[in-house]
Amino acid sequence: MGKAFQYSGQVIVYAAIAAFIGYFASRPIYHQFPEGHAQIKLSFAHGAARAKECRRLTSQEIAKLPPNERRPNTCERARIAMHVQLDLDGKIIYDARLEPTGLAGDGPARAYQKFAVMPGPHKLIARLRDSRDTNEFDYETHHEVVLEPGQNLAVDFKSDAGGFIFR
Amino acid sequence: MEIIRASLRSLFDRAERGLGLFFPPHWNPMLNLGALGFYFYWIITVSGIYVYIFFDTGVTQAYSSVEYMTHDQWYAAGVMRSLHRYASDGLILVMLLHIAREFALDRYRGVRWFSWVTGVPVLVMVYAAGITGYWLVWDRLAQYVAIVSTEWLDRLPIFGEPIARNFLSPASLESRFFTLMVFMHIAVPLIALIMLWVHLRRVSKPRINPPRGLAIGALASMLVLSLVHPALSQGPADLARVPGAVGLDWFYLPLYPLLETWPGPVTWGGAATLMLMFCVIPWLPPLRKPPVAKVDLANCNGCMRCFNDCPYNAISMHMRSDGLPFEREAVVDPSFCVSCGICAGACPTATPFRRASELVSGIDLPDMTVAQLREEVELAQTKLKGNARILVFGCDHGVSLKGSENGTVCSVALRCIGQLPPSFIDYVLSKRLADGVVLTGCAENSCHARYGTQWTDARLARERDPMLRARVPRERIRVLWAGRSGRGQLDALLTRFANDLAAMPADASPVHKSAEREASKELIDG
Ligand code: HEM
Ligand code: SF4
Ligand code: SF4
Repeated sequence: MGKAFQYSGQVIVYAAIAAFIGYFASRPIYHQFPEGHAQIKLSFAHGAARAKECRRLTSQEIAKLPPNERRPNTCERARIAMHVQLDLDGKIIYDARLEPTGLAGDGPARAYQKFAVMPGPHKLIARLRDSRDTNEFDYETHHEVVLEPGQNLAVDFKSDAGGFIFR
Repeated sequence: MEIIRASLRSLFDRAERGLGLFFPPHWNPMLNLGALGFYFYWIITVSGIYVYIFFDTGVTQAYSSVEYMTHDQWYAAGVMRSLHRYASDGLILVMLLHIAREFALDRYRGVRWFSWVTGVPVLVMVYAAGITGYWLVWDRLAQYVAIVSTEWLDRLPIFGEPIARNFLSPASLESRFFTLMVFMHIAVPLIALIMLWVHLRRVSKPRINPPRGLAIGALASMLVLSLVHPALSQGPADLARVPGAVGLDWFYLPLYPLLETWPGPVTWGGAATLMLMFCVIPWLPPLRKPPVAKVDLANCNGCMRCFNDCPYNAISMHMRSDGLPFEREAVVDPSFCVSCGICAGACPTATPFRRASELVSGIDLPDMTVAQLREEVELAQTKLKGNARILVFGCDHGVSLKGSENGTVCSVALRCIGQLPPSFIDYVLSKRLADGVVLTGCAENSCHARYGTQWTDARLARERDPMLRARVPRERIRVLWAGRSGRGQLDALLTRFANDLAAMPADASPVHKSAEREASKELIDG
């Protein structure tokens, strides 16, 4: 077999490998999201109320504690579940009771959800209940928005900022 | 498992032979996968250092610094960027082939578990390095990678605050996470390199540099690819928008669509099962290992030939322990030994001419000793007739020798062709046990025991101890490195050789009567 044949064969093999690498390095295109839709992304972590109210320790109980740990109150660590609702144009698209995280159930509850919606004008209402002994929502925020195709609307929650934040 | 291995093996055999049409054996990419992996690693390192000089590690400036490299400095930093990407893809390609090939050739069980299991973290780290690399560009693909990766991590219920929140909206983006990625992208490959060093602890003289011809070809093809099809970014990341259509790198990210859509328990469970499978596969089922090589101190003079030839670092030389007047002695570590017998083929005491004393090699396989080999040779040749009698020495991993045998051809099988001491060839020809000798084994450069064929070639060429004696007529020896699929080649060679032998004038020199004396002389020379 001639050298020329061998070398041209090698060139073809290298070209084929290079083409293979070059193509699959970025093709075929992956459509991870329905074409022409917009997205609403709900994402936050929030600690709901403790399952039991803090109570005052009796003076005997305080006396039993080591001197450096004496304090007037005691609090159970476990939290209740948080209730979250998202209403889109009068239809409830999300309604969940989210359990606290952490082994002792004392961590914040986490919400993370994505919704693909049609672009255009929308009315959104986000609601959250994080307190004990009531069936009312503690927070409710209304938001009107005109979504463009491909837009990502984030729905965040911060209690110290007064509730839900849309951005 | 057996069936998967066998079918994979025939695929590799075919690919090897196909490439063999164009590539000489030592340049064949399929036979240099590990070395190509290292080579790509070095290309990635050099190009990586170069692009890092121009890279801005702030999350907001990263994209524009990469754009600058690709467009304003396309001839240097741009090419380096492309090389960095394509060599990384090449690394995945050769690494996956390397894994599949070691599996297909059954070189992952028994004591080889070590190389296999230490490869697994390398595999994970190479992927982690690639994924963090795509993150750094901070284009739409990076955004997609960031979101899917963090969402996937968040499916493990261990983080209080979802990490994906870092990528919720432009306002939540912080450079803290980005800095971590830059750090990981440098640290992970370095750890992988250390792990690769461990990976090669149990093979001696690992082939980590591809032959020059292959190195030039691989670099040239990556360079040409980088020039005609440069690596590009996919538009700046924008957390206010969904990264709808992305051009995925299917070498690194083929599972991302699944991570995104399949439920957490399935993807995490699947990943854990896959990793576990990878780690335990060398014992599914375990290799029934033949007994390992044993040293017979009374016959070992500490010459170190076995130490130099063992392909698996299984032999070490220790201080003499038995009072014989030699400096050193060979010691076998059973947990490294693959029972290939190459050491027996290297030992100067393993010469069939020894008659005065019992034939015991300084180092030998207990279940397939050199003495047994001599008996087999003597028995096999009794079936031969005519003036073109051929004795074939083959190995368990080459062409099956049955079926080639007839009145003029007989065969003796070895664990590895490297197990054959060259003095056996001398023995067969000088004692006229046969008129010609054929050695056959794995395809060139693809020896199952790594160095069997290479050492055999060197011993015959008198380049490596123990050498074939100069008096042996070369025209009566043929060598065929063809692997399992070399049946046709072997039969053709046997026919031609028989004709050649029949045409040779009968050797006039007398059978060496002094053979025994010479053998002991060889021992002392050794
Ligand atoms: C970047 C990644 C890797 C590189 C550069 C690499 C490189 C190498 C090299 C150079 C050798 C020695 C080959 C020789 O000289 O005969 C080798 C052997 C081996 N590799 Fe890898 N390797 C990589 C990943 C892996 C992975 C992921 C696995 C398996 C999970 C693996 C399994 C093995 C095995 C089993 C051997 C031993 C072969 C034998 O015993 O003959 N390698 N590797
Ligand atoms: S049998 Fe092979 S692996 Fe074992 S000590 Fe001898 S040469 Fe090394
Ligand atoms: S080759 Fe034989 S004589 Fe030399 S060190 Fe090894 S066992 Fe001893």
